[in-house]
Amino acid sequence: MERKMKNNKQILSVIAGLIRNPLTFIVLFLFFGTYIIHAEDETPELNVSELILEHVGDSYDWHITTFGHTHVSIPLPVIVKGQTSGWHIFSSAKFHHGHAEYQGFHIAHEGDYKGKIVETSASGEEVRPWDFSLTKNAASLLLSSLVLVILILICANWYKKREGQPENASPNGFVAFVEWVIMSVVDGVIKPCIGKNYQRYTPYLLTAFFFIIFNNLVGLIPLFPGGANVTGNIAVTSVLALFTFAIVNLFGTKEYWKEIFWPDVPAWLKVPIPIMPAVEFLGIFTKPFALMIRLFASILSGHALILGLTCMVFLTVRLGVAMNIGMSVFSVILSIFSDCVELLVAYIQAYVFTMLSAVYIGLSQVEPHHVKVKK
Amino acid sequence: MSLLTPDPGLLFWMLFSFGIVFFILAKFGFPVIVKMVEERKAYIDRSLEAAKEAHLRLEGIKEESEKLLSQARDEQVRMLRESNDMRTKIINDAKEQAREETGKIMNEAKTAIQKEKEAALRDIKQQVAQLSIDIAEKILRKNLSDKPAQMELVDKLIAEAQKN
Repeated sequence: MERKMKNNKQILSVIAGLIRNPLTFIVLFLFFGTYIIHAEDETPELNVSELILEHVGDSYDWHITTFGHTHVSIPLPVIVKGQTSGWHIFSSAKFHHGHAEYQGFHIAHEGDYKGKIVETSASGEEVRPWDFSLTKNAASLLLSSLVLVILILICANWYKKREGQPENASPNGFVAFVEWVIMSVVDGVIKPCIGKNYQRYTPYLLTAFFFIIFNNLVGLIPLFPGGANVTGNIAVTSVLALFTFAIVNLFGTKEYWKEIFWPDVPAWLKVPIPIMPAVEFLGIFTKPFALMIRLFASILSGHALILGLTCMVFLTVRLGVAMNIGMSVFSVILSIFSDCVELLVAYIQAYVFTMLSAVYIGLSQVEPHHVKVKK
Repeated sequence: MSLLTPDPGLLFWMLFSFGIVFFILAKFGFPVIVKMVEERKAYIDRSLEAAKEAHLRLEGIKEESEKLLSQARDEQVRMLRESNDMRTKIINDAKEQAREETGKIMNEAKTAIQKEKEAALRDIKQQVAQLSIDIAEKILRKNLSDKPAQMELVDKLIAEAQKN
Protein backbone atom coordinates (compact mmCIF):
# COMPACT_ATOMS: atom_id res chain seq x y z
CA MET A 1 0.00 0.00 0.00
CA GLU A 2 2.73 2.39 1.04
CA ARG A 3 4.77 1.45 -1.97
CA LYS A 4 1.86 2.23 -4.22
CA MET A 5 1.48 5.63 -2.59
CA LYS A 6 5.17 6.26 -3.14
CA ASN A 7 4.83 5.31 -6.80
CA ASN A 8 1.87 7.61 -7.18
CA LYS A 9 3.81 10.43 -5.59
CA GLN A 10 6.70 9.85 -7.96
CA ILE A 11 4.40 9.93 -10.95
CA LEU A 12 2.73 13.08 -9.69
CA SER A 13 6.07 14.82 -9.21
CA VAL A 14 7.15 13.82 -12.73
CA ILE A 15 3.92 15.22 -14.14
CA ALA A 16 4.29 18.39 -12.10
CA GLY A 17 7.83 18.78 -13.40
CA LEU A 18 6.61 18.31 -16.94
CA ILE A 19 3.87 20.86 -16.52
CA ARG A 20 6.30 23.34 -15.10
CA ASN A 21 8.45 23.12 -18.19
CA PRO A 22 6.76 24.91 -21.07
CA LEU A 23 8.91 23.16 -23.64
CA THR A 24 7.65 19.72 -22.68
CA PHE A 25 4.19 21.18 -22.75
CA ILE A 26 4.62 22.13 -26.36
CA VAL A 27 6.10 18.72 -27.20
CA LEU A 28 3.17 17.01 -25.48
CA PHE A 29 0.79 19.23 -27.33
CA LEU A 30 2.41 18.34 -30.62
CA PHE A 31 2.36 14.66 -29.73
CA PHE A 32 -1.33 14.66 -28.96
CA GLY A 33 -1.93 16.98 -31.86
CA THR A 34 -0.50 14.46 -34.30
CA TYR A 35 -2.43 11.72 -32.55
CA ILE A 36 -5.66 13.58 -33.16
CA ILE A 37 -4.71 14.14 -36.76
CA HIS A 38 -4.18 10.43 -37.29
CA ALA A 39 -7.53 9.74 -35.72
CA GLU A 40 -9.20 12.23 -37.97
CA ASP A 41 -7.40 11.10 -41.07
CA GLU A 42 -10.42 9.20 -42.33
CA THR A 43 -12.83 12.05 -41.78
CA PRO A 44 -13.47 14.45 -44.65
CA GLU A 45 -11.15 17.41 -45.10
CA LEU A 46 -11.27 20.21 -42.60
CA ASN A 47 -13.25 23.21 -43.73
CA VAL A 48 -11.29 25.95 -42.02
CA SER A 49 -13.47 28.92 -42.88
CA GLU A 50 -16.57 27.08 -41.68
CA LEU A 51 -14.83 26.04 -38.46
CA ILE A 52 -13.66 29.58 -37.76
CA LEU A 53 -17.05 31.10 -38.53
CA GLU A 54 -18.69 28.56 -36.29
CA HIS A 55 -16.31 29.40 -33.44
CA VAL A 56 -16.60 33.15 -33.69
CA GLY A 57 -20.34 32.98 -34.23
CA ASP A 58 -23.05 32.18 -31.77
CA SER A 59 -24.58 28.80 -30.95
CA TYR A 60 -27.43 27.38 -28.97
CA ASP A 61 -25.25 25.11 -26.83
CA TRP A 62 -21.90 25.71 -25.25
CA HIS A 63 -19.54 23.30 -26.91
CA ILE A 64 -16.63 22.37 -24.67
CA THR A 65 -14.82 19.53 -26.41
CA THR A 66 -15.32 16.43 -28.52
CA PHE A 67 -14.03 12.96 -27.65
CA GLY A 68 -14.19 10.79 -30.74
CA HIS A 69 -17.81 11.15 -31.70
CA THR A 70 -19.22 12.34 -28.37
CA HIS A 71 -19.73 16.07 -28.09
CA VAL A 72 -19.27 17.44 -24.61
CA SER A 73 -21.36 20.58 -24.40
CA ILE A 74 -23.62 22.44 -22.03
CA PRO A 75 -27.19 22.76 -23.28
CA LEU A 76 -28.58 26.27 -22.91
CA PRO A 77 -32.21 27.36 -22.64
CA VAL A 78 -33.99 28.16 -25.88
CA ILE A 79 -36.64 30.86 -25.58
CA VAL A 80 -38.64 31.42 -28.76
CA LYS A 81 -41.99 32.84 -29.72
CA GLY A 82 -43.41 31.15 -32.77
CA GLN A 83 -45.47 32.97 -35.39
CA THR A 84 -48.61 31.19 -34.27
CA SER A 85 -47.64 28.84 -31.47
CA GLY A 86 -46.69 31.41 -28.80
CA TRP A 87 -43.82 31.15 -26.33
CA HIS A 88 -41.65 28.06 -25.97
CA ILE A 89 -38.92 27.46 -23.46
CA PHE A 90 -36.88 24.27 -23.68
CA SER A 91 -33.32 23.01 -23.48
CA SER A 92 -31.19 23.21 -26.58
CA ALA A 93 -30.29 19.56 -25.95
CA LYS A 94 -33.62 18.69 -27.60
CA PHE A 95 -32.12 19.60 -30.97
CA HIS A 96 -29.41 16.91 -30.56
CA HIS A 97 -26.78 19.31 -31.87
CA GLY A 98 -28.96 20.48 -34.70
CA HIS A 99 -29.98 17.07 -35.94
CA ALA A 100 -33.55 16.99 -34.58
CA GLU A 101 -36.70 19.08 -34.68
CA TYR A 102 -38.55 19.99 -31.52
CA GLN A 103 -41.98 21.59 -31.12
CA GLY A 104 -41.89 22.69 -34.75
CA PHE A 105 -38.51 24.40 -34.42
CA HIS A 106 -35.20 23.30 -35.83
CA ILE A 107 -31.78 24.76 -36.55
CA ALA A 108 -31.38 25.79 -40.18
CA HIS A 109 -28.43 24.17 -41.96
CA GLU A 110 -28.32 26.51 -44.91
CA GLY A 111 -29.91 29.60 -46.30
CA ASP A 112 -30.14 33.07 -44.79
CA TYR A 113 -30.75 31.75 -41.29
CA LYS A 114 -27.98 29.19 -41.23
CA GLY A 115 -27.25 28.11 -37.66
CA LYS A 116 -30.32 29.87 -36.29
CA ILE A 117 -33.56 28.45 -35.00
CA VAL A 118 -36.31 28.52 -37.61
CA GLU A 119 -39.83 27.21 -37.84
CA THR A 120 -41.63 26.06 -40.91
CA SER A 121 -44.53 28.32 -41.71
CA ALA A 122 -47.84 27.18 -43.14
CA SER A 123 -46.64 27.92 -46.65
CA GLY A 124 -43.64 25.63 -46.13
CA GLU A 125 -41.06 28.39 -45.88
CA GLU A 126 -38.45 28.65 -43.14
CA VAL A 127 -39.21 31.70 -41.03
CA ARG A 128 -37.41 33.14 -38.05
CA PRO A 129 -39.42 33.16 -34.80
CA TRP A 130 -38.82 35.78 -32.08
CA ASP A 131 -35.68 34.29 -30.66
CA PHE A 132 -34.58 35.31 -27.16
CA SER A 133 -32.62 32.13 -26.52
CA LEU A 134 -29.86 32.29 -23.99
CA THR A 135 -27.18 31.49 -26.55
CA LYS A 136 -23.52 30.86 -25.88
CA ASN A 137 -22.72 34.55 -26.21
CA ALA A 138 -25.68 35.60 -24.07
CA ALA A 139 -24.75 33.09 -21.38
CA SER A 140 -21.13 34.20 -21.44
CA LEU A 141 -22.31 37.79 -21.27
CA LEU A 142 -24.46 37.12 -18.20
CA LEU A 143 -21.75 35.10 -16.52
CA SER A 144 -19.02 37.66 -17.02
CA SER A 145 -21.39 40.50 -16.08
CA LEU A 146 -22.12 38.70 -12.83
CA VAL A 147 -18.43 38.13 -12.10
CA LEU A 148 -17.57 41.71 -13.01
CA VAL A 149 -20.28 43.12 -10.77
CA ILE A 150 -19.16 40.92 -7.90
CA LEU A 151 -15.49 41.85 -8.32
CA ILE A 152 -16.16 45.57 -8.46
CA LEU A 153 -18.62 45.43 -5.57
CA ILE A 154 -16.02 43.59 -3.47
CA CYS A 155 -13.66 46.51 -4.07
CA ALA A 156 -16.38 49.08 -3.44
CA ASN A 157 -17.29 47.31 -0.23
CA TRP A 158 -13.68 47.45 0.88
CA TYR A 159 -13.81 51.23 0.54
CA LYS A 160 -17.26 51.52 2.02
CA LYS A 161 -16.03 49.86 5.21
CA ARG A 162 -13.43 52.59 5.54
CA GLU A 163 -15.72 55.47 4.78
CA GLY A 164 -14.77 58.59 6.70
CA GLN A 165 -11.31 57.32 7.61
CA PRO A 166 -9.17 58.04 4.60
CA GLU A 167 -6.02 57.36 6.60
CA ASN A 168 -6.83 53.62 6.56
CA ALA A 169 -7.96 53.43 2.95
CA SER A 170 -4.79 52.38 1.18
CA PRO A 171 -5.48 48.93 -0.23
CA ASN A 172 -3.20 46.04 -1.08
CA GLY A 173 -3.38 43.26 -3.63
CA PHE A 174 -6.46 42.92 -5.77
CA VAL A 175 -8.25 46.02 -4.55
CA ALA A 176 -5.11 48.09 -5.11
CA PHE A 177 -4.82 46.71 -8.62
CA VAL A 178 -8.43 47.55 -9.46
CA GLU A 179 -7.97 50.99 -7.94
CA TRP A 180 -4.87 51.52 -10.04
CA VAL A 181 -6.77 50.57 -13.22
CA ILE A 182 -9.75 52.75 -12.30
CA MET A 183 -7.65 55.77 -11.46
CA SER A 184 -5.45 55.37 -14.52
CA VAL A 185 -8.62 55.49 -16.65
CA VAL A 186 -10.06 58.42 -14.69
CA ASP A 187 -6.86 60.46 -14.63
CA GLY A 188 -5.45 59.40 -17.97
CA VAL A 189 -8.56 59.31 -20.14
CA ILE A 190 -11.72 60.72 -18.63
CA LYS A 191 -10.39 63.88 -17.00
CA PRO A 192 -8.31 65.17 -19.93
CA CYS A 193 -10.89 64.19 -22.58
CA ILE A 194 -14.03 65.61 -20.98
CA GLY A 195 -12.79 68.48 -18.89
CA LYS A 196 -14.50 70.10 -15.97
CA ASN A 197 -17.76 68.12 -15.92
CA TYR A 198 -16.05 64.77 -16.03
CA GLN A 199 -17.44 63.42 -12.75
CA ARG A 200 -20.89 63.02 -14.20
CA TYR A 201 -19.63 60.59 -16.84
CA THR A 202 -17.03 58.54 -14.94
CA PRO A 203 -19.50 55.81 -13.88
CA TYR A 204 -20.58 55.14 -17.46
CA LEU A 205 -17.10 55.30 -18.96
CA LEU A 206 -15.61 53.10 -16.25
CA THR A 207 -18.43 50.59 -16.66
CA ALA A 208 -17.84 50.51 -20.40
CA PHE A 209 -14.09 50.11 -19.92
CA PHE A 210 -14.35 47.28 -17.43
CA PHE A 211 -17.16 45.58 -19.33
CA ILE A 212 -15.16 45.56 -22.55
CA ILE A 213 -11.80 44.59 -21.10
CA PHE A 214 -13.32 41.88 -18.93
CA ASN A 215 -15.24 40.32 -21.79
CA ASN A 216 -12.22 40.67 -24.07
CA LEU A 217 -10.03 38.82 -21.58
CA VAL A 218 -12.62 36.15 -20.83
CA GLY A 219 -12.97 35.62 -24.57
CA LEU A 220 -9.25 34.87 -24.82
CA ILE A 221 -9.43 31.99 -22.35
CA PRO A 222 -9.80 28.92 -24.55
CA LEU A 223 -11.36 26.71 -21.85
CA PHE A 224 -14.98 26.47 -20.83
CA PRO A 225 -16.10 29.62 -19.00
CA GLY A 226 -14.33 31.72 -21.58
CA GLY A 227 -13.84 31.41 -25.28
CA ALA A 228 -17.08 32.99 -26.41
CA ASN A 229 -16.58 35.75 -28.92
CA VAL A 230 -18.67 38.27 -26.99
CA THR A 231 -17.05 41.61 -27.74
CA GLY A 232 -16.44 40.46 -31.30
CA ASN A 233 -20.17 40.25 -31.84
CA ILE A 234 -21.83 43.19 -33.52
CA ALA A 235 -24.94 43.01 -31.32
CA VAL A 236 -22.81 43.55 -28.22
CA THR A 237 -20.73 46.38 -29.64
CA SER A 238 -23.79 48.05 -31.12
CA VAL A 239 -25.41 48.25 -27.69
CA LEU A 240 -22.24 49.74 -26.24
CA ALA A 241 -22.09 52.28 -29.07
CA LEU A 242 -25.77 53.02 -28.55
CA PHE A 243 -25.14 53.89 -24.92
CA THR A 244 -22.35 56.27 -25.91
CA PHE A 245 -24.58 57.76 -28.60
CA ALA A 246 -27.38 58.32 -26.11
CA ILE A 247 -25.15 59.86 -23.48
CA VAL A 248 -23.40 62.15 -25.96
CA ASN A 249 -26.62 63.47 -27.44
CA LEU A 250 -28.83 63.53 -24.35
CA PHE A 251 -26.41 65.63 -22.35
CA GLY A 252 -25.13 67.76 -25.22
CA THR A 253 -25.07 71.49 -24.57
CA LYS A 254 -26.85 74.13 -26.64
CA GLU A 255 -23.54 75.08 -28.18
CA TYR A 256 -23.06 71.47 -29.31
CA TRP A 257 -26.34 71.52 -31.25
CA LYS A 258 -25.62 74.98 -32.57
CA GLU A 259 -22.29 73.78 -33.93
CA ILE A 260 -24.09 70.99 -35.73
CA PHE A 261 -26.90 72.97 -37.32
CA TRP A 262 -25.26 76.38 -37.63
CA PRO A 263 -21.48 75.83 -37.57
CA ASP A 264 -18.91 78.64 -37.71
CA VAL A 265 -18.24 78.43 -41.45
CA PRO A 266 -18.74 80.83 -44.37
CA ALA A 267 -22.45 81.40 -44.96
CA TRP A 268 -22.50 79.90 -48.45
CA LEU A 269 -21.69 76.52 -46.86
CA LYS A 270 -24.91 76.77 -44.86
CA VAL A 271 -27.43 78.51 -47.15
CA PRO A 272 -29.13 77.71 -49.43
CA ILE A 273 -27.80 74.14 -49.44
CA PRO A 274 -26.91 73.13 -45.86
CA ILE A 275 -23.70 71.28 -46.73
CA MET A 276 -21.91 71.65 -43.43
CA PRO A 277 -24.97 71.00 -41.26
CA ALA A 278 -25.59 67.81 -43.23
CA VAL A 279 -21.99 66.70 -42.74
CA GLU A 280 -22.12 67.55 -39.05
CA PHE A 281 -25.44 65.80 -38.66
CA LEU A 282 -24.04 62.70 -40.29
CA GLY A 283 -21.17 62.91 -37.84
CA ILE A 284 -23.55 62.30 -34.95
CA PHE A 285 -24.13 58.81 -36.29
CA THR A 286 -20.75 57.97 -37.78
CA LYS A 287 -18.97 58.48 -34.48
CA PRO A 288 -20.75 55.72 -32.53
CA PHE A 289 -20.85 53.62 -35.70
CA ALA A 290 -17.06 53.77 -35.83
CA LEU A 291 -16.94 52.75 -32.17
CA MET A 292 -19.15 49.76 -32.89
CA ILE A 293 -17.21 48.56 -35.93
CA ARG A 294 -13.77 49.12 -34.42
CA LEU A 295 -14.33 46.98 -31.35
CA PHE A 296 -16.26 44.33 -33.23
CA ALA A 297 -13.74 43.99 -36.04
CA SER A 298 -10.60 43.94 -33.96
CA ILE A 299 -11.82 41.34 -31.50
CA LEU A 300 -13.37 39.21 -34.22
CA SER A 301 -10.20 39.29 -36.29
CA GLY A 302 -8.14 38.39 -33.22
CA HIS A 303 -10.26 35.31 -32.58
CA ALA A 304 -10.18 34.37 -36.24
CA LEU A 305 -6.41 34.77 -36.39
CA ILE A 306 -5.75 32.51 -33.43
CA LEU A 307 -8.21 29.89 -34.69
CA GLY A 308 -6.63 30.01 -38.14
CA LEU A 309 -3.15 29.54 -36.70
CA THR A 310 -4.34 26.59 -34.65
CA CYS A 311 -5.99 25.05 -37.70
CA MET A 312 -2.65 25.18 -39.49
CA VAL A 313 -1.56 22.18 -37.40
CA PHE A 314 -4.39 20.09 -38.81
CA LEU A 315 -4.23 21.45 -42.33
CA THR A 316 -0.58 20.52 -42.86
CA VAL A 317 -1.14 16.82 -42.06
CA ARG A 318 -1.38 15.99 -45.73
CA LEU A 319 2.02 17.52 -46.43
CA GLY A 320 3.88 14.75 -44.59
CA VAL A 321 5.09 14.19 -41.05
CA ALA A 322 8.21 16.39 -41.19
CA MET A 323 6.34 19.28 -42.73
CA ASN A 324 3.51 18.79 -40.28
CA ILE A 325 5.79 18.89 -37.25
CA GLY A 326 7.63 21.92 -38.60
CA MET A 327 4.46 23.81 -39.33
CA SER A 328 3.02 22.77 -35.96
CA VAL A 329 5.97 24.28 -34.11
CA PHE A 330 5.63 27.37 -36.27
CA SER A 331 1.92 27.55 -35.60
CA VAL A 332 2.32 27.12 -31.83
CA ILE A 333 4.94 29.87 -31.69
CA LEU A 334 2.78 32.18 -33.76
CA SER A 335 -0.27 31.33 -31.65
CA ILE A 336 1.56 32.21 -28.44
CA PHE A 337 2.73 35.43 -30.03
CA SER A 338 -0.71 36.39 -31.30
CA ASP A 339 -2.24 35.46 -27.93
CA CYS A 340 0.09 37.98 -26.34
CA VAL A 341 -0.87 40.50 -28.98
CA GLU A 342 -4.53 39.79 -28.27
CA LEU A 343 -3.96 40.45 -24.58
CA LEU A 344 -2.63 43.83 -25.59
CA VAL A 345 -5.51 44.34 -28.01
CA ALA A 346 -8.01 43.45 -25.28
CA TYR A 347 -6.66 46.37 -23.26
CA ILE A 348 -6.15 48.74 -26.18
CA GLN A 349 -9.66 48.28 -27.54
CA ALA A 350 -11.23 48.87 -24.14
CA TYR A 351 -8.99 51.90 -23.74
CA VAL A 352 -9.78 53.25 -27.20
CA PHE A 353 -13.51 52.76 -26.78
CA THR A 354 -13.45 54.57 -23.44
CA MET A 355 -11.19 57.31 -24.75
CA LEU A 356 -13.23 57.98 -27.88
CA SER A 357 -16.47 57.92 -25.89
CA ALA A 358 -14.91 60.43 -23.52
CA VAL A 359 -13.75 62.56 -26.44
CA TYR A 360 -17.25 62.53 -27.97
CA ILE A 361 -18.78 63.41 -24.62
CA GLY A 362 -16.20 66.17 -24.23
CA LEU A 363 -17.13 67.50 -27.66
CA SER A 364 -20.79 67.60 -26.65
CA GLN A 365 -19.90 69.68 -23.60
CA VAL A 366 -18.60 72.66 -25.59
CA GLU A 367 -19.12 76.08 -24.09
CA PRO A 368 -19.67 79.08 -26.32
CA HIS A 369 -16.18 80.29 -27.22
CA HIS A 370 -17.13 83.80 -28.36
CA VAL A 371 -16.11 84.93 -24.92
CA LYS A 372 -12.61 83.75 -25.65
CA VAL A 373 -12.46 85.75 -28.87
CA LYS A 374 -13.44 88.94 -27.10
CA LYS A 375 -10.55 88.50 -24.73
CA MET B 1 -23.19 38.20 -43.70
CA SER B 2 -24.73 36.95 -40.47
CA LEU B 3 -21.64 38.26 -38.67
CA LEU B 4 -22.60 41.81 -39.60
CA THR B 5 -26.28 41.65 -38.73
CA PRO B 6 -26.92 42.01 -35.03
CA ASP B 7 -29.08 39.21 -33.70
CA PRO B 8 -32.15 40.63 -31.91
CA GLY B 9 -32.02 37.99 -29.17
CA LEU B 10 -28.43 38.81 -28.33
CA LEU B 11 -29.20 42.53 -28.60
CA PHE B 12 -31.86 42.02 -25.97
CA TRP B 13 -29.54 40.07 -23.66
CA MET B 14 -26.77 42.60 -24.12
CA LEU B 15 -29.09 45.52 -23.36
CA PHE B 16 -30.38 43.61 -20.36
CA SER B 17 -27.01 42.61 -18.90
CA PHE B 18 -25.13 45.80 -19.72
CA GLY B 19 -28.03 47.86 -18.41
CA ILE B 20 -27.98 46.00 -15.11
CA VAL B 21 -24.19 46.10 -14.84
CA PHE B 22 -24.25 49.82 -15.63
CA PHE B 23 -26.99 50.48 -13.10
CA ILE B 24 -25.33 48.55 -10.27
CA LEU B 25 -21.79 49.70 -10.89
CA ALA B 26 -22.74 53.32 -11.53
CA LYS B 27 -24.72 53.39 -8.32
CA PHE B 28 -22.78 51.21 -5.88
CA GLY B 29 -19.46 50.51 -7.54
CA PHE B 30 -17.30 53.13 -9.14
CA PRO B 31 -18.54 56.30 -7.44
CA VAL B 32 -17.76 54.77 -4.03
CA ILE B 33 -14.24 53.83 -5.10
CA VAL B 34 -13.49 57.08 -6.93
CA LYS B 35 -14.90 59.18 -4.10
CA MET B 36 -12.85 57.33 -1.51
CA VAL B 37 -9.69 57.62 -3.59
CA GLU B 38 -10.23 61.35 -4.02
CA GLU B 39 -10.91 61.68 -0.31
CA ARG B 40 -7.72 59.82 0.43
CA LYS B 41 -5.86 62.04 -2.01
CA ALA B 42 -7.25 65.13 -0.31
CA TYR B 43 -6.26 63.66 3.05
CA ILE B 44 -2.72 63.02 1.84
CA ASP B 45 -2.52 66.55 0.43
CA ARG B 46 -3.76 67.94 3.72
CA SER B 47 -1.26 65.84 5.65
CA LEU B 48 1.57 67.00 3.43
CA GLU B 49 0.51 70.60 3.90
CA ALA B 50 0.35 70.11 7.64
CA ALA B 51 3.76 68.45 7.65
CA LYS B 52 5.17 71.35 5.66
CA GLU B 53 3.66 73.81 8.08
CA ALA B 54 4.95 71.86 11.06
CA HIS B 55 8.36 71.79 9.47
CA LEU B 56 8.26 75.53 8.97
CA ARG B 57 7.13 76.06 12.52
CA LEU B 58 9.86 73.80 13.79
CA GLU B 59 12.36 75.79 11.79
CA GLY B 60 11.00 78.97 13.42
CA ILE B 61 11.23 77.44 16.85
CA LYS B 62 14.78 76.37 16.19
CA GLU B 63 15.72 79.85 15.06
CA GLU B 64 14.03 81.38 18.05
CA SER B 65 15.72 79.04 20.47
CA GLU B 66 19.07 79.78 18.88
CA LYS B 67 18.39 83.47 19.26
CA LEU B 68 17.43 82.95 22.88
CA LEU B 69 20.52 80.90 23.46
CA SER B 70 22.82 83.54 22.01
CA GLN B 71 21.02 86.20 24.01
CA ALA B 72 21.56 84.19 27.16
CA ARG B 73 25.20 83.77 26.29
CA ASP B 74 25.58 87.54 25.84
CA GLU B 75 23.82 88.12 29.12
CA GLN B 76 26.12 85.66 30.81
CA VAL B 77 29.20 87.37 29.43
CA ARG B 78 27.87 90.74 30.49
CA MET B 79 27.07 89.51 33.97
CA LEU B 80 30.47 87.91 34.29
CA ARG B 81 32.13 91.12 33.28
CA GLU B 82 29.98 93.11 35.69
CA SER B 83 30.67 90.79 38.54
CA ASN B 84 34.33 90.91 37.72
CA ASP B 85 34.26 94.70 37.81
CA MET B 86 32.31 94.64 41.00
CA ARG B 87 34.82 92.30 42.57
CA THR B 88 37.79 94.43 41.66
CA LYS B 89 35.95 97.50 42.87
CA ILE B 90 35.07 95.87 46.18
CA ILE B 91 38.62 94.68 46.68
CA ASN B 92 39.99 98.13 45.87
CA ASP B 93 37.51 99.79 48.18
CA ALA B 94 38.37 97.37 50.91
CA LYS B 95 42.06 97.99 50.39
CA GLU B 96 41.49 101.75 50.50
CA GLN B 97 39.44 101.49 53.63
CA ALA B 98 41.94 99.21 55.26
CA ARG B 99 44.70 101.62 54.42
CA GLU B 100 42.74 104.48 55.92
CA GLU B 101 41.90 102.43 58.96
CA THR B 102 45.50 101.39 59.55
CA GLY B 103 46.64 104.98 59.05
CA LYS B 104 44.15 106.12 61.64
CA ILE B 105 45.12 103.39 64.08
CA MET B 106 48.80 104.16 63.58
CA ASN B 107 48.23 107.84 64.25
CA GLU B 108 46.23 107.07 67.31
CA ALA B 109 48.95 104.71 68.50
CA LYS B 110 51.58 107.34 67.85
CA THR B 111 49.75 109.99 69.83
CA ALA B 112 49.08 107.52 72.60
CA ILE B 113 52.78 106.61 72.70
CA GLN B 114 53.65 110.29 72.67
CA LYS B 115 51.32 110.90 75.61
CA GLU B 116 52.67 107.89 77.48
CA LYS B 117 56.17 109.10 76.85
CA GLU B 118 55.35 112.57 78.06
CA ALA B 119 53.61 111.15 81.10
CA ALA B 120 56.55 108.89 81.80
CA LEU B 121 58.95 111.78 81.44
CA ARG B 122 56.84 113.90 83.74
CA ASP B 123 56.81 111.06 86.21
CA ILE B 124 60.54 110.58 85.99
CA LYS B 125 61.05 114.29 86.49
CA GLN B 126 58.87 114.23 89.56
CA GLN B 127 60.61 111.18 90.92
CA VAL B 128 64.02 112.74 90.21
CA ALA B 129 62.89 115.89 92.00
CA GLN B 130 61.52 113.82 94.83
CA LEU B 131 64.75 111.87 94.99
CA SER B 132 66.79 115.05 94.99
CA ILE B 133 64.63 116.42 97.75
CA ASP B 134 64.93 113.15 99.70
CA ILE B 135 68.64 113.08 99.24
CA ALA B 136 68.90 116.66 100.20
CA GLU B 137 66.79 116.02 103.25
CA LYS B 138 68.91 113.06 104.35
CA ILE B 139 72.05 115.02 103.74
CA LEU B 140 70.72 117.86 105.75
CA ARG B 141 69.65 115.49 108.52
CA LYS B 142 73.21 114.06 108.93
CA ASN B 143 74.38 117.54 109.72
CA LEU B 144 76.81 118.73 107.59
CA SER B 145 79.63 117.68 109.97
CA ASP B 146 82.11 115.79 108.14
CA LYS B 147 82.97 116.50 104.65
CA PRO B 148 84.26 113.04 103.80
CA ALA B 149 81.42 111.54 105.62
CA GLN B 150 79.15 113.74 103.72
CA MET B 151 80.61 112.62 100.48
CA GLU B 152 80.35 109.02 101.56
CA LEU B 153 76.83 109.59 102.38
CA VAL B 154 76.10 111.16 99.06
CA ASP B 155 77.64 108.20 97.33
CA LYS B 156 75.70 105.81 99.48
CA LEU B 157 72.51 107.61 98.78
CA ILE B 158 73.17 107.68 95.12
CA ALA B 159 73.83 103.96 95.17
CA GLU B 160 70.62 103.38 97.04
CA ALA B 161 68.76 105.49 94.61
CA GLN B 162 70.28 103.53 91.80
CA LYS B 163 69.23 100.28 93.46
CA ASN B 164 65.74 101.53 93.77
